[in-house]
Amino acid sequence: MTRTRILLPLLATSMLASAAFAQEPTEGPETAPVDVRTNLGSGLFDAENAAWNVERIGSVQSPPGFFDPEAVWRLPPEPKPGEARQRPGQIMFANTDLAFSGDRVFMGNFHGFNVFEAPGDGSLNHILSIVCPGGQGDVSVYGDLVFLSQEQNRGRLDCGGGGVSGRSSEERFRGVRIFDISDIDNPRQVAAVQTCRGSHTHTLVPHPTDTNVLYIYNSATSGVRPGSELEGCSNGEPSSNPDTALYSIDIIKVMLDAPEEAAIVNRPRIFADRETGEVNGLWKGGQVADGGQKTNATNHCHDITVYPEMNLAAGACSGNGILLDISDPENPSRISELADPNMAYWHSATFNNDATKVLYADEWGGGLGARCRADDPIAWGGDIIADITEDGLVKRSQFKIPSVQPDTQNCVSHNGAIIPVPGRDIMVQGWYQGGLSVIDFTDSAHPKEIAYFDQGAIDDGTLVLAGYWAAYWHNGRIYAPEIVRGLDVFKLTPSEFLSEAEIAAAEMVTVDVTNPQWQRRIVWPDSPVIAQAYLDQLARADSVGELGLGVETVRELARWEAGRPRTKELARLAASYEEEAQSADAAHAEIMMNLASALRRAGE
Amino acid sequence: MMGSVTAAAAWLAAFSLITVQDAPIVQPGAPGEAATRLTPEASVEMSDAGYTEADIAFMQDMIVHHGQAVEMVALIEARTENEAVRAMGARISLSQSSEIELMQNWLRARGQSTESKLLKSGGHGDHDMGDHKMDHGDKDPMDMPLMHGMLSPRQMKTLAAADGLAFDRLFLSGMIQHHQGALDMVDMLLSDPSNGQDALLSEFLSSIVGDQSAEILRMQTLLSALGSPS
Repeated sequence: MTRTRILLPLLATSMLASAAFAQEPTEGPETAPVDVRTNLGSGLFDAENAAWNVERIGSVQSPPGFFDPEAVWRLPPEPKPGEARQRPGQIMFANTDLAFSGDRVFMGNFHGFNVFEAPGDGSLNHILSIVCPGGQGDVSVYGDLVFLSQEQNRGRLDCGGGGVSGRSSEERFRGVRIFDISDIDNPRQVAAVQTCRGSHTHTLVPHPTDTNVLYIYNSATSGVRPGSELEGCSNGEPSSNPDTALYSIDIIKVMLDAPEEAAIVNRPRIFADRETGEVNGLWKGGQVADGGQKTNATNHCHDITVYPEMNLAAGACSGNGILLDISDPENPSRISELADPNMAYWHSATFNNDATKVLYADEWGGGLGARCRADDPIAWGGDIIADITEDGLVKRSQFKIPSVQPDTQNCVSHNGAIIPVPGRDIMVQGWYQGGLSVIDFTDSAHPKEIAYFDQGAIDDGTLVLAGYWAAYWHNGRIYAPEIVRGLDVFKLTPSEFLSEAEIAAAEMVTVDVTNPQWQRRIVWPDSPVIAQAYLDQLARADSVGELGLGVETVRELARWEAGRPRTKELARLAASYEEEAQSADAAHAEIMMNLASALRRAGE
Repeated sequence: MMGSVTAAAAWLAAFSLITVQDAPIVQPGAPGEAATRLTPEASVEMSDAGYTEADIAFMQDMIVHHGQAVEMVALIEARTENEAVRAMGARISLSQSSEIELMQNWLRARGQSTESKLLKSGGHGDHDMGDHKMDHGDKDPMDMPLMHGMLSPRQMKTLAAADGLAFDRLFLSGMIQHHQGALDMVDMLLSDPSNGQDALLSEFLSSIVGDQSAEILRMQTLLSALGSPS
């Protein structure tokens, strides 16, 4: 249980962000400012770093067997005559996505995956390495099963090295693997579901009623393999090949009591034109508008984020951001889609907790390039924030980290997740070597950075692919996999943008499992800490209303915290806030109603 | 308020106690098969996926391909004052030169020659490029580029003879054609899944696609800003 302290709200003190952090939506080719993150000293494990409102509390280097110190992404020096050849680089050991089960963190890797014990105090104890080359190694976990995405042509069914030769081979594996780790000392591969385009990322989707059934939405982005290697696979545009493996996702069904039988059950045409039924009904490639990005064609999704409790999924699908109804998970149907001149490649999506907004990330340049330089437009390579309205998705604003990064650092928006602060929409996101950034998009028209961590480049003169693949919140901590360096753990620190009670409220939320792209509805416990978090939000909004009411609330929360809640008093205060909300503007009224509801729940 | 820059040494000292424990390293084997324990060295060894003859030829040819871009940029100095074109050229020259170095090192590290067989054979290339052969017919050798997207000897001559606005246009349209050719060469290489499995090569191919696509877009914007020739 988290120990908390009741804070006195700072009445009548403006706590709005200073102008330096205001993040207005930009349409033109404006660029980011230089800040403390711009010129950090470089180094493999000793780079300078800058932390603002987060603290790094732990770190572990990539484990033995997943790191080649001689090859860390420098240009290989010329070998002396007669010397053995150099190892070809570090990308084959790149750390990728994370999944969490209790205190265990599963870190994907192009070379397999690693498992750590992470009790939350910053310690990271490495307990298992699975070697299975094939990239990119995005992971999910469910019970004793671990799921792994692989797409590269070198991937082998037996998880071996050395690659695969030939245009068609029975030894080649591209798709989703399933491992059983019930005996952590004796892990087994139980299934290997082959797919036409391999697996770049995947998302677990629970069956609405049958607890024995789990679906996997497979997003594949690379080349189509020939039918001679995998039956039913063929390439080409739908005009010449109606059966093309392009323009679909794979839906895999897993019976949890027989995971070895996992198989594809549908390849829905979710990009079809609503009127004509044409399979390639969405963005066809090219510039959406003059002066805009050259946007990829929509023939696949990069990532699909599901929110099963809301029957919704948000697909980041190359040339479009889409919204799907997944009430029948085997037959998702498209509700809405967005295209945008500033988006080069729709990469990933995150809902807010109420499923009224979606944040889509743009991976301009594929993550390999420096895209946060002084002359890179701030409207390119960042996030789009859209509201979900009765008319579908409506874009409200854009966000990119407000910091110029040097050309030695690959930087673009990448994977992230919601931080469960009640009453606010806050997210942490990895930006490769742009570091990690915490943004508040409660006001979807005005997203704002409220915390960050960044470190210098790996090398001074060369761009060495590195940085945070992702940043995810799990049970009170932020975990960020660094492509080359390993895994870092952070905690939030209080600031004018996030109070101690708001952080404590987020840290109270515990879940058994956290998977990338599988969002679960956050429910906060009944606690004075939650009420205090709302009270802090009113104070920050400079809207506590009548002075006496705030002071009384603080007093009653202190009693509640001490285990002696006066439910009648709390109910009376709740009624007062409900009354105040009648005359407040929408944003303030919502906080007041949240607070009232939290106060009432104390008596239940 | 803006955050503190922490000395790296202090950070390292704070976490020096956290070291990686000896956890098992396991290769699972195919579904249903028994797993194998590996040493860290054996694991690292398995990352090497090898390379093909086509990979070698691609790198050898791309050195020549990139070399022409550097030659084109070298013309800029004496022929145009357009700042945007000069800046674009500087960026291209820098990245293509460093990539040439990378490709040479990649080949040398594998004990391979850095010379293109197309150059040795006198050119008119693309014979290693799958089924995308160019139809040369009875063309004048002056109009035959050595490989995909490269400027023909005549195009290079015309570019070298131009200056000012005419040069800017020829340079940008030529470099767009040149970059597009590199993208085509990557596509052709990867049309056989045996190719491009080597990790550094695979990474390099992706960066060619990412960077050159971005540069094409910039150059198209610059070109349209110059307006159409009167």
